[in-house]
Order: sequence, then C-alpha cells, then structure tokens
Amino acid sequence: MNKTTKIYVDNAATTKMSKMAINAMIPFMDNIYGNPSSLHSVGQEANKALCDAREKIAILLGCMAKEIIFTSGGSESNNQAIISAAKIGEKQGRKHIISTTFEHHAVLYVLDKLKEEGFEVTLLDVHENGIITPEQVENAIRTETCLVTVMYANNEIGTIQPIKEIGELCKKHGILFHTDAVQAAGRLHIDVKEQNIDMLSLSAHKFHGPKGIGVLYARKGIQLSNIIVGGAQERRKRAGTENIPAIMGMAAALEESCHNINENSEKITVLRNKLIDGLSEIPHSVLNGDMEHRLPGNVNFCFEGIEGEALLLLLDDKNICASSGSACTSGSLEPSHVLLAIGRPHEIAHGSLRLSLSEENTAQEVDYIISMVIEIVEYLRNMSPVWRDLTDGKNKFVIN
Amino acid sequence: MALYSEKVMDYFRNPRNVGIIEDADGVGEVGNAKCGDIMKIYLKIDNDIITDVKFETFGCGSAIASSSMSTELIKGKPVSEAMQLTNKAVTEALDGLPAHKMHCSVLAEEAIKEALKDYYNKNDIKYDHSNFPKCKSCDHCCGE
Repeated sequence: MNKTTKIYVDNAATTKMSKMAINAMIPFMDNIYGNPSSLHSVGQEANKALCDAREKIAILLGCMAKEIIFTSGGSESNNQAIISAAKIGEKQGRKHIISTTFEHHAVLYVLDKLKEEGFEVTLLDVHENGIITPEQVENAIRTETCLVTVMYANNEIGTIQPIKEIGELCKKHGILFHTDAVQAAGRLHIDVKEQNIDMLSLSAHKFHGPKGIGVLYARKGIQLSNIIVGGAQERRKRAGTENIPAIMGMAAALEESCHNINENSEKITVLRNKLIDGLSEIPHSVLNGDMEHRLPGNVNFCFEGIEGEALLLLLDDKNICASSGSACTSGSLEPSHVLLAIGRPHEIAHGSLRLSLSEENTAQEVDYIISMVIEIVEYLRNMSPVWRDLTDGKNKFVIN
Repeated sequence: MALYSEKVMDYFRNPRNVGIIEDADGVGEVGNAKCGDIMKIYLKIDNDIITDVKFETFGCGSAIASSSMSTELIKGKPVSEAMQLTNKAVTEALDGLPAHKMHCSVLAEEAIKEALKDYYNKNDIKYDHSNFPKCKSCDHCCGE
C-alpha cells in the first residue's frame, strides 16, 4: 500500500464528487450564468436547465417535478418537512408526532423545538439491532398523530428501516409520513409512490454530488411552510436564487448513482462483508446494527477497553480516514446517541469506529484497514487501565 | 489533523513512560470510563525523589498526551515539587489544548496527586487535605 495514498472510508460523512457531477456543473459556473427568474434569454437558458434537472430528479424518485423543492441540503429539508407537517397537524388540532430515538439531530432537534411549542413526541425504541417494526409505529399511533418521521437508513450504523410498511400504515391512518433518506439516496432503491412516502429529504454530497444542495420531496397537496421567505422561487416555498451549478451537479450525481445502484451495491457489499469478517476477529468487539438490513457500505464496531478518538488519530497516521461515535470526536461530552439508543453502555460507545465504504474502495484497501485496526486496537488496549482491569478479571467484559 | 498542536501529537504518537510499576510506592487512578477517560499513574519514590513514573490511559489523544507529559514533568523531581504540578503547566508544556480538551490536563494533574496521596497514606505521612480537592474534573465531565 502506497504510504501517501489516502484511504477514504468516511463516505457516510461525505463523498468525493464524481467527474460526471463536476462536468455537469462547470458550464453553469461559466457561460450559463443566468438567473432562472430572469425573463431574458440568458436567464431562460438557466431556467430550462433547472426544469430539466428537476424533471430528471423527479423521475429518479418516482414523483412529479412540481413535487420537488431544492434546498441547501438534508438538514434544511428535514426542518422544512417536519415543521410543515406540524403546522398542518396543529390546524387540525393534532399535535402528536412519532419518530425514533436514533434519528439524525436535524430531525431530533426540530422535534425538541416542537415539544416546546406544545407538541407531544413519541420516540420509538430501535432495539439492539437498530431497526423499528411497523407494529411499534401502529401501537404508537393516536387520533392526534399528525406525522411519522423515520429515517430510511441510519447514518451511523447503516440499519435500514421498513419504510414502505410504515408508509402504508400512515396512509391507512391518514397520517403524513416523512423519511430522512440522506444516507439512502443513490444507494438504496427509492420510489416515493410505491413506498408510500409523503415527504423525503436527501442531500447531494452523500452520493458524489456537491455540498450545500439537497431535495425536499413533498407529495402534491401537502402545504409546505417556508423556512426561508423572500422571493417566489421553488413555488414560493423556498426563497433565494436557485443554486443552479449545484442543482446540475446533484441531478447528474443522482442519475449516475441510481443507474449504477445494483452494480455498486454488489461490489460494496462484498467489501463490507470482508471488512466485517476481518474486524470480527478482534476479541471483545461487536458489530453495531443488524447485519442483514444494512447499507452496503456501512461498518460500525465497538472495541472494548479503548476510546475512539485515539483510534481515529492513529488510523489517520496510517492514511485511513474514518469516523467514531466517541464523545471526544464530536466536541460534546456524550458519546453517540445512536449507539446509546441500541443499548451500548457509555464506556462501550466511546470505543466505536465507523468505516463507510464507496465503490471506489478496493479489496486491497480493506485488507490494509483490517491489519491496521487490529494493530492499533491492540496497541491502545495495552496502555489502557480499563483493558487491564478486564483482562485481570477485576471487571467483567461487557462484550464477550 | 489540526485539532492538536505538534507537541500533543508527538506525545500521543510516542508516549513517554507508558506501562506499570509492579511494586509502586504510590498509585492513583482518576476519571470514569463512562465519561471516556481514565488515567492511572504509578510512582516509584526513593528518598523523597520520584525515581520512576509510569502511566496507563484509556482516553482520547489529548488524554494520552496529557498523562504522558505529566509523567515527564515530575520524573526525577522531589515529591513536594510534584505536588505543585498544575494542569496549566501540563497544557503549556503541550503547547496548548483545545478548549473542550482542557479537562484532560486537569485529569492528569489529579492522577498525579492521587498517586502522591496514596504514597502519603501508605507511609503515614501527614498532608494537607485541602491540597487534594475532590475530583474537580468531574465538573467538566458527564455528571458522574
């Protein structure tokens, strides 16, 4: 392995842009610079491209172009979807929302805000495997429930939720269903109609598109509330001149990812399984999240007796770029809420490692990662008083 | 990574004085695995001089670097001088720590003091209890 080549396995954080996405953007930063709201030909040329991109994305998601709103990304889409559904519910006197304990903070913190405004929120337990069941949703539904928001796939442990079934339940009960599909878009099949999805959020930089651009799909007839007011862009639902270059990049990236979805999934799944098998050899380690219903590229482990940030820094020294749910990496004092949600104790959650693969990774890289992680975990354990107490029998192992 | 100074990274990558002392004269352990860091210090004291010091740390890069640096700062020093070690001195010797990592240097100071307290207790040496404030690092931690 060439020492200077970076091995990037943090694709759940962000991805490298594809050449196709970059090339799709360039003309719109160069000659086609018009404002799509302008009446003149330069503006209309940009407007034509905007309409085409919207149409392209709509086809890929299985909806109509007018059901697509361009936003700044996943966080904004989640905010707008949830706030809109809450406003609709409030008008009908329905102020109860169902979600899960391990949603992204761009969902959970919006729900916290709504709680302050008098909404009741039920967060469903995600179990040790990181998957909720449609029965849990059904049992939580009340007459006042206005929204169910459940992520398609978890960003940390990659577990895939039964969103089609949940959507079906919501439809039956006349409740809006939103899904945060930020980790799923471009990697898992999406068809909003077939999957009974009323609202969906996605973000381009997770599927090799540019940063700062995303989509909110909202089924026709759902009254969206503005987060940003001003101009009449996006059917008056999101003010601000459209980020045309980014939108063009996103449309190209989504098209490319969806086109290669099966091929990429097969390739990445093989690498993922190889990585999981290799890391499972480390004693007192555990894979976080269900093995079967899992994103093709997600690997997430806890290693007992060590802390994740130290592991990440030493991996970076070996040119491996990964991520951890340890408190130290987040700048907060609490370890990952996702790992706590699946029942990992604090001290175990601190010792987590997330490796998220893309189709650009290779089997050779996976072999190198396995050998480096084994080496570094052993090194850190050898200087850990926690590990010593475990191996001396003073304390009991949590992970056997 | 630009999170840490070169000095922190050096002490993290090449920690000095890692290990244990089987027949230590003083041992101190502070922190909490729940909070994500535990430091354990072992002292060998001969004639009031710290002749050897080792550490074990469960924690992040700055926790490992802070404990390593603190062992270097007291090695070969008289006990009374080691008692004067502050988290500020540890931080300065590391060319600074990020604000949210300052508690690592506090833990290092406390671990050294815990080990010295253990040495005093084992040898029936009287000491001023006010020199050993009760686990102030926990204020920075997760509420344990």
